[in-house]
Order: sequence, then structure tokens, then C-alpha cells
Amino acid sequence: MDMSTTEVRPARTSLLSSPALSTVLPWVVLAAIAATLPLYAGGYWGVIATRACVYWVLVAGLNLLVGFAGQLAIGWVALLTVGAYVTSVLAAGNVLPALHPYLALAIAGVAGAVFGVIVGLPALRLRTFYFAITTLGFATIVRQIVLAWASVTGGGVGVPGPVFPAPFDSQWGFYYLCLIFAAVCTWMTANIAGSRFGRALTALRDAEVAAEASGIAKSRLLMVVFLFSGATAAIAGGLFASLQSYITPDAFTTELSVLFFIGVLIGGRGSIIGPLLGTILLTVLPEFAAPLVAWSTFLYAVLLLVIVLAIPGGIAELIDFKNRRPLQSNRAIVPRPDLLKRLLTQDTEPGRLTLEQVALSFGGVRAIDGLDLTINPGQVHGLIGPNGSGKTTTLNVISGYYMPQGGVAKLNGVVITELAHHARAQMRIARTFQTPRIVGEASVLENVMIGGTIDGRGTFVESLLSLPRHRADEKMLHETAMLALSAVGLEQLAGVRADRLQHSELRFIEIARALMLRPAFLLLDEPAAGLSAEEIRRLGALVVAISQAGTGVLLVEHHADLIFDICHHVTVLNLGKMLAAGTPAEIRSHREVVNAYLGG
Amino acid sequence: MVLSIVLSGLAIGCIYALIGIAYNVMYSASRVFSFTAGTLGMAGGILGALFILKMGLPVWLGFLLALAGGALLGVVTEILAVRPVLKSLDQHLYVLSTLALALIVQQFAAIEWGTDAQPFPRIFNIERNSFDQQFWLPMLACVVTIVGLEVLYRRTLLGHAFRAIAEDNYAARALGLPERNLRMASYAIAGVIGALAGFAGGQMMLAFFDNATQLTFYGFVPVALGGMGNNRGAVVAGLVLGLFQQAANFLVGGVFASVAVFAAFILVLLARPEGLAGVALGRRV
Repeated sequence: MDMSTTEVRPARTSLLSSPALSTVLPWVVLAAIAATLPLYAGGYWGVIATRACVYWVLVAGLNLLVGFAGQLAIGWVALLTVGAYVTSVLAAGNVLPALHPYLALAIAGVAGAVFGVIVGLPALRLRTFYFAITTLGFATIVRQIVLAWASVTGGGVGVPGPVFPAPFDSQWGFYYLCLIFAAVCTWMTANIAGSRFGRALTALRDAEVAAEASGIAKSRLLMVVFLFSGATAAIAGGLFASLQSYITPDAFTTELSVLFFIGVLIGGRGSIIGPLLGTILLTVLPEFAAPLVAWSTFLYAVLLLVIVLAIPGGIAELIDFKNRRPLQSNRAIVPRPDLLKRLLTQDTEPGRLTLEQVALSFGGVRAIDGLDLTINPGQVHGLIGPNGSGKTTTLNVISGYYMPQGGVAKLNGVVITELAHHARAQMRIARTFQTPRIVGEASVLENVMIGGTIDGRGTFVESLLSLPRHRADEKMLHETAMLALSAVGLEQLAGVRADRLQHSELRFIEIARALMLRPAFLLLDEPAAGLSAEEIRRLGALVVAISQAGTGVLLVEHHADLIFDICHHVTVLNLGKMLAAGTPAEIRSHREVVNAYLGG
Repeated sequence: MVLSIVLSGLAIGCIYALIGIAYNVMYSASRVFSFTAGTLGMAGGILGALFILKMGLPVWLGFLLALAGGALLGVVTEILAVRPVLKSLDQHLYVLSTLALALIVQQFAAIEWGTDAQPFPRIFNIERNSFDQQFWLPMLACVVTIVGLEVLYRRTLLGHAFRAIAEDNYAARALGLPERNLRMASYAIAGVIGALAGFAGGQMMLAFFDNATQLTFYGFVPVALGGMGNNRGAVVAGLVLGLFQQAANFLVGGVFASVAVFAAFILVLLARPEGLAGVALGRRV
């Protein structure tokens, strides 16, 4: 099939606006069962269902942290404890005059948000296992404090939980209150999941370096999510206290924390319905057989081990029928460079990207040694040289992963060497990677949309509530991403999970993602590695078209033919120093270059 | 009073250090931190009480069986929770698989052994005095372990192979070292060290299922502060932690001691994520 004649599909037929039946059906069934439960279920099941709703209010927020952002917060019960005690103590009037239960619940939410950030702070500095341990430590500490601070919390004796006024004071009434909270949390987290923030979180989880290169500021985004997850967990705590009607520190065990955490993982990372089903499963499972209750945590742990080893995708992967369909096997990437003009509209004249006397050593090795380089807009600048000559290091200095020990990098005369790496995206500097950095579990389209994250206008709260600016952002990002995918020739695969694609296709996805930034300068790190001869030819045409649209391209490559075909200017590095610079014709006949690198 | 604080602080510190060393031995062999480290300590205590008090076996036999139990647990950890996820190390699945296994073992202990702390036998039938065996046994265990590991790593061929694996896994395999067997052996050694910590500290910490959680956390503090894979750092940090904890316990009471230890831990890590004696991370791109 000749894909070059395929029209760019309008956004109207997208997956977002006309979801397949299989994605809607589970929600309809769940909502129908939940809403009609009192008609056929006994009071005991009412308690179980209420508990599932309360747990889900917490797990929904935790899901953004664990399932999307990949932060292994195993001690999140600490937030449930904070919420339960703040609500109960304020509503009971132990310290202050008794407050209205709703007001107490709202204050608990605020306290939870603050505490969520405190628990989350170490995540910005520490790696996975370290962070997991610190959250576990927080859970232990909170429990000990509650136990010791008897004058306020009642210590080991406990405090009565709040009672919400009519119509939510009866058993089913309270169930509906919790169901409303659960439904709202589901809606809000689903909004985030489908927003640029949700995609940015998965990018931070699976391709952190690429996320930062796309301008995603990790610390800010994570803090917001910690705020939200803390608040929902604390509100769940207030509801939990009311459900228990009396709380003691014994109610907030590590086992409960593990239940929440495992609920997310059994459900599957990066999904909303999966963890919801996981939470229901874990809440209901022990009820089917009374002898199982003592063994429930044991069974959860076994389940977790089985899931991790056998189906890392969890329930969400099991019910993801869409991605089971085989892909066409003999597909070709046919870029459409003519679309680039529509995509790469420059607002202002970008000026030149220059390196001046840049030097960087690793230990005793001088990776770059006093390098001068100028990249002009609208030109392709080739950077070649033997392995270890400093090509990728140069690229990393420009995109901010290394701070040079000497010299500066400037864009249009402005020094950029001091900027954080995610700030380079604001300067419209985009890049690709030697090994493609892709979110395997996200669709191709979502991967490309990540590249446009910084062009969204709406805030996190607007996305949470699906306000107009959020919807406008999504529409804009969706249309631009489809255009970028069409430009690189992958629009047919937009809805496919990225980890099902071939290596060469991942390289073109990275280029599409970089194009989303409307880059003034595009840094390509060995984009032709692993491509067939035909694909390299198409890549070359695409890169030329990108430069003709006004973007300056820095091309690091080992394929000498490609370099000499498409570059306006070539710099040859050897041992961190410039060996030669000039037009392709000059370089090709340069004696030292031929001896050191090209071969005679 | 000061003497008893110092003695109990050093003793507890030695237990934490030993658990930290167990973490390190597993880490060196596989680049994986395992949540089962504290579980090994719990197992040492419970198995010791089970064999000696419940089953009436001689002390030496109970001791050996407890260590064997730890070794078995170590090997099971390697086979079930570590080996299957090693090929996707960057996804951090090991955090989940070892957590799952640690919970499985701990819950099994809670159900079969009970959730109450149960007494641990006295090992030597001698008079109690201020420098009691409950204090010097952990110290002795710590010294024996450090000397033993030092001899193993520096003087024996097997030890050199362990160090080669820890230094550069690919190069070691290219040299033809049986990486998988060495890794299993490392996990068995870690199991023995963990169980030894639990056994030697049994009289202080009792035979209690929740020791697993406590030791998993407090045993990791020396690793984090001393630098991962650094046993000497772990011992120093463990001793400091033990002394600090016992002193805070005495001066300001249990809860605030925990809070103080935890706050210190977090603050040090935030200031130096690689630990006080560790080295910074390598390249990302």
C-alpha cells in the first residue's frame, strides 16, 4: 500500500473522542452495579462495597504516583492515618471546638496534601528502593506518633470516627457518599491520565531523560501529584474513620498499605480501570472464604509475585484486546516532508547556536578539549569522528546533561550552559537519543504528544476538572502530533503500543516527538543506526526538509555517505578536539580525516 | 546507666550492621537491593527459638539449623525474586518481587509462629552481669562476619570471583566465571549473615515476626549512609545508628527516638543521596 497518498486523518476519528466499545463497556457495567447495589445486596455486602469505595478514593490518587509516575510509595497508609485522625479529632472536638464533619474532612484533605509533599520530597533526590524504604519509614513513624500522642489521638484507646449528617448517616446513605467520592476521583484521575500531565508522568517513569529533554520539569510535576495523592488519601482516611466508627492505631497496618500498593500493580501500570478492578478484587477476595481472612496479606503477596513475574502489565494488559491484533508485517516508513512547513512555523528568528572553547573531562580523560562550533539555522551540520571522540558528549553539553568545565554554549548570544536541562526545551532545542527513549506502554501517538508538553496552556487543576483550556490543549496536541506522525510517515501506527514497533520505527517516533517542539535546533544522535539503506535515504530527505523549514540540525552519525549527502557543513572530531571543519567536499579530501577516520 | 546505653547501642548497632552487610552481599552479586534482608534476621530469631526452645534441640544444632534456614531463604530469594527480573533491571521490578517474597515469608511466620514476641533462649549458661551475652553475642557475630568476609574476599579464589562479579559483571562472565552459581552462593552467604544477626540478637529483639519490618528499615540505614556495597561504611554507620537510637531512647523516649533517627536518615540522604562514604552516579545518556 502506498501510504504517501494517505490523507492526514482529522482529529474527529481519534481514539480519544470515539472510544471503542470495549473500553466503555467495563465502566458502564461497573457504574450500573455500583448504583443499584442496595436493590439486591445485603447489608454486609454494603459494608464491603463501602470499604472498596473508600480504598479506591486512596488508590485512585496513589495510582497516579505508582502506576503513572512509577514512584514506589509502599507506605501510603501514612496518609490514610493522617486523614482519619485529623477528621476524627476535629469532628470530635478533642482539641478545638467540634467542627462540622465536612469541614473536618476538607481540613484533613489539606493536611494530607501538605503531608503528601513531605513524604514525597525524598523522591526528588533518591532512587526507587531508597524512596520505597523512606515511605515505609514514614508509615511506621506516623503510627508511633499517633500511639504516643494520647491526649489528642486517644493513644491505644482510639477516637470515635465522624458521623456524616443525613442523608448520609444510614448505612446505604454512607455508601452513596463514598461512591460519589470514588466516582469523582475516578473521573479526575482519568482526566489527568488523558492529559499532557498524565503522559508526562509516564515519560518520567519510563524515559526520564527524554521527558526532561521535552521540557518536563520532574520536581514540579511530581510535587503536584504528591499534593493530589496526599489529599485524596487523607479524604479516604476521613471516610475510613467514619466507616470504622471507631479508630485505633491498630487499624493502620503495613498490611493495609501493601493492599493499596498491590491493588495498583495488580491492576497494571498506566491504567485507571485496571487498578480499580484490582482494588475491588483485593477488598472482596477474602470475603468469599472466612478462613482466608488471616491469609489475605499472604495471598496478596503471592498475587503480586505472580503478577510481577508472569504478567507485568496486570489486569489492564489482560483486558487490552485492541493491542492483541497482529500488525501488518511488511510495513514501510514513508515520510511526507511536504507537511513539515505546516508543522515547523518559527515565531522568531532563532539566531545561531554556538559553542565557544567548551572543555569537559571525565576523571583524567578529556572528552571535549576546547571545542568551537557554530550551527546555523536552516542548515544541517554534521558531526563525525571515531568512537570516543566526543560527539555525543558535545550533544549532551548542548542539551544540558553535562555542565562543561570550561567555555560556554550560546543560543542567539544568550548563554544556555547554566540552564537546567528541561529549560532547553523552552529555548526550542530538541533532540533524539542513540538508544531510542520511548514509553513502551503508551501508544505511538501519546509518545509523540509528550514532545509538545510545554506548549499546553492549561494547569494541572484545569486538566483535573477537564476545563475548556485542557480540552483545547488536548485537541491542539492531538492534531499537531498526528501531523508530526504523518510527516515522518507513521500515522498508520498512531494507536499502537509503542513497544510493539520495530527499532527503525522508534527512531522516527523520536524525530516526530522532537518536531513537536517546533525546534529552532534539532540534535540527532545517530538517527541512522540500525536503519536499512532505503530507510536511511528517506531519513536523509526528511532531515533536509526539516532544515529547509528553518531548523538548524546537528547530526551525529557514523554513516559517512549520509553525512556527505545532506550536510551543509561538517565538523570532524578526534580525541575531543576539532580535527577538521568545512564543506563535505573539503572534508572528503582532507588527508588527516581520511587517515584517522574515513579510511583510504 | 551510661554503660548500659553504650552496650545496648553497640549491640543493636551490630545487628543493624549485619543486616546492612546482608543487603550489601546481595547487592554486590546482583545490583539488586532485596526487601528480604530484614526477613532473614527475623528468620534467624524465630528459627533459633523454634529449634532450641520448642523442639529442644542442642544449642549448637539449633544454631546451625537456623543458619541453614537463612541460607535456604537466601537461595530461594535469588531463584524466585531476583533471577527472573534481572534482565529488566531498569524497570525496578526487583523492588516488587523481593517485597512480595518478604511479605510472603513474614506473613507465613505471623500465622504459623504467632504475632506475639516470644522468648529466645539463652545461648551460654552463665551468670548475667552488666556485660551480658545478649550484648556481646551480636558484637562477636559482627566481628566474626567482618573477619570472615575479609578472609573470603581477599584470600580465597572464590572470594576473588565474587569481587570480579561485583566489579564488572560482563567482564567476569566473559572470563568464564559461573555467574549464576556465584550469585546463588552470594545470596546463601547473605542468608547466613542475616540469620546470624537475628540469632545473635535474639535475646534483645526476641523471636518476633515484626522484626522483619524493623530490620528491613533499620538495616538499610547503614547501607544508605555508608554507601552501597561498602561493608566498612555499613559497620560504622550501623554502630552510630545503634548508639544514637539507644541514647535518644533514653533521653527523649521511644517515639521521639524513632522520629529523630528517621529525620536524621532522611536529611543525610537528601544532602548526600549516594551516602556519606559513597560515590556519585554515573552517566545517564
